[in-house]
Amino acid sequence: MILNFYLDKKAVGWAGVAVFATSLAVFGVSAAAQDWIKTGTGLGVEKIRLAVPDFKPGNQDPKNSELLNVFNGTLWNDLDNAGIFDMVSKSFYPVDTPGNPAQVKFESWNTQPPNAAMLAFGNLSVTGSSMAVQGWLYDVKNVTSPQILGKQYTDAATTDSARITAHKFADEIIFRLGGGIQGIAETQIYFVSNRTGHKEIWGMDYDGANQHQITHQGSISLSPKISPDGSRLAFSSLTKSGWEILMYSMDLNRLVSFPHFSGTNLSPAWSADGSRLAFSSSRSGDPEIYVVDQSGGNLKRLTTSKLPDVSPVWNPKTGAQIAWVSGRTDLPQIYTMESDGTNVQRITDQGYAVSPAWSPNGQFLLFAWIRHYGPGAPGSQDIYIMDIASKQFVQLTHDGGRNDFPSWSPDGRHIVFQSNRNGSEQIWTMLADGTNPKPLTVTGSNTQPNWSWK
Amino acid sequence: MKQQRLKWFTLIFALSAIMFLGACHKKTPPPPPPPPPPPPAAPTASLTANPNTVEKGQSTTLSWETSNATDVSIDGIGAVQPTGSQSVTPTDSTTYTLTAKGPGGTQSATARVTVTSPPPPPPPPPSPSEEELFSQNVKDIYFDYDKSDIRADQQSALQGDIDFLKQHPNVQFTVEGHCDERGSTEYNLALGDNRANAVKNALVQGGVSAANIKTISYGKEKPFCTEHNDECWQQNRRGHFVYSK
Repeated sequence: MILNFYLDKKAVGWAGVAVFATSLAVFGVSAAAQDWIKTGTGLGVEKIRLAVPDFKPGNQDPKNSELLNVFNGTLWNDLDNAGIFDMVSKSFYPVDTPGNPAQVKFESWNTQPPNAAMLAFGNLSVTGSSMAVQGWLYDVKNVTSPQILGKQYTDAATTDSARITAHKFADEIIFRLGGGIQGIAETQIYFVSNRTGHKEIWGMDYDGANQHQITHQGSISLSPKISPDGSRLAFSSLTKSGWEILMYSMDLNRLVSFPHFSGTNLSPAWSADGSRLAFSSSRSGDPEIYVVDQSGGNLKRLTTSKLPDVSPVWNPKTGAQIAWVSGRTDLPQIYTMESDGTNVQRITDQGYAVSPAWSPNGQFLLFAWIRHYGPGAPGSQDIYIMDIASKQFVQLTHDGGRNDFPSWSPDGRHIVFQSNRNGSEQIWTMLADGTNPKPLTVTGSNTQPNWSWK
Repeated sequence: MKQQRLKWFTLIFALSAIMFLGACHKKTPPPPPPPPPPPPAAPTASLTANPNTVEKGQSTTLSWETSNATDVSIDGIGAVQPTGSQSVTPTDSTTYTLTAKGPGGTQSATARVTVTSPPPPPPPPPSPSEEELFSQNVKDIYFDYDKSDIRADQQSALQGDIDFLKQHPNVQFTVEGHCDERGSTEYNLALGDNRANAVKNALVQGGVSAANIKTISYGKEKPFCTEHNDECWQQNRRGHFVYSK
């Protein structure tokens, strides 16, 4: 059984365009065997061979080397993490690498050993307190007309600016070569951390850099969800009144008003156009799913079961459906409904299933599942991906522990989630096929990650 | 030598003259002056307090005697008879001073009265506070995994809670809903809410006033124990009662 999903089919119109397609081969040897997703050459996938020699210093300024260190490391990681490149190892590069177009020797790049298809190169110069970066992307197989990108960036001569500039350039390359999908190098991940002694909402760059505290409630703050335009962060917090949905303005750096509802109010979720929020409230006596305007007005109740209803998430492609968790049949299961509450469909059929996350293209649900639930210790809880139309699913995590709260990157190629597989709860990232899992946090206990929309 | 004999004759002659002359005038001796009147006697004074130690609020009797005094006063009382007694009730230890004035002078006398505080009354035997009674009598309700309905084996504890709360109808309290560590954060907060409300509803059905009951869910955020075994997990799956001060 092969599951094909094409994350994007947009052609860009010049030679060397790659369409990112992953074929999923599911091997079911016996009932007890785990299912895997496999990707690789020979299955119809062609990752672009990209060579990225270190950018060169453009002048003699002594600050160049410190900034180049940060720039080059960040650029390489961003392109390596993108999931669409076969990065040519630096050990295959020629001794002479270019810092500007005049220095490019095509035959040393488009033949073995590097055998690259694309070449990213450039230079960085500090003058006074200012930093200038020039970067190019060349199709080295097209000697007559190689330039795909030529960019110039100016910013302050700081390591933070060097990092941000590398993110910008990487995103440009990913956008051009990744079929027109915006890269994620400038995206943010919001999460819960207890490292100050209280659970607060924190933020960080998508690669784990720049971890910083956002809320200072001094209580228990959970379930952060950033708005589609990045201007507001909704979360649930234990205040003197009980559990409330609070709204933090990222522009004003403080809480802004949002209506108080009675009961226990949890798990806010933004619609993709930012106009509405779904959340769980027990204002009527037991937790149900509600929808409000982004200002908190126009409250509408969607569910009616007396058992817990929580963790709603919108279909980001259509805005017309909501998936959520309900305990109406005993252990929690994933359900979908129209955004007016009609047409309730049950998605999972057994076990303990929570934390749904809808893919940007609207086709897949991620969730956390203990498939075979028995007495005593339940065993590991893993992240699964399911094609909603066919109900086919594949297990993405396999390394034990409790894995929960998956969240999609906006390019649909990456997943961030929480895992305690190494002994403490931390934020992990992996590709959407389950490969390349790696931790982003180490300090304290870190949970419930939420990837920004851009 | 003639000089000396002359001097001697002169002296004898002078002396004789004085004797003859004196003897010539015979006078009556003046009468002796009357004896001065004896000086007036100095006043005497004595002052006693009986008893000289009293408990605060009790009275004592001052007694005094004076003589040769025309003006007797005790400070704090005022002018008094030369001899007498008076009851006083000092609030603090006091030294009373009596002053007796008379033509012969002034005499004073003192008496000290010590006032002691009475011993404090013995404390009443302690009776338990309403809060202590609450925690002794109102038992938490325990739940099965993933469930918020009241188990059969919890009914007697629930009934005991209802009985106590109906006997103490002014008691205000909160029911907290808790879960064990195994579930997911958001689902457990919703389940804890169901548990707290299940307990509240059962109490209200039994006749406890709903206005006295607040509910809050803590999900798995505030566990009572942290071991990874069945006993600890059961300990955490509960509706927990907290008295409102």
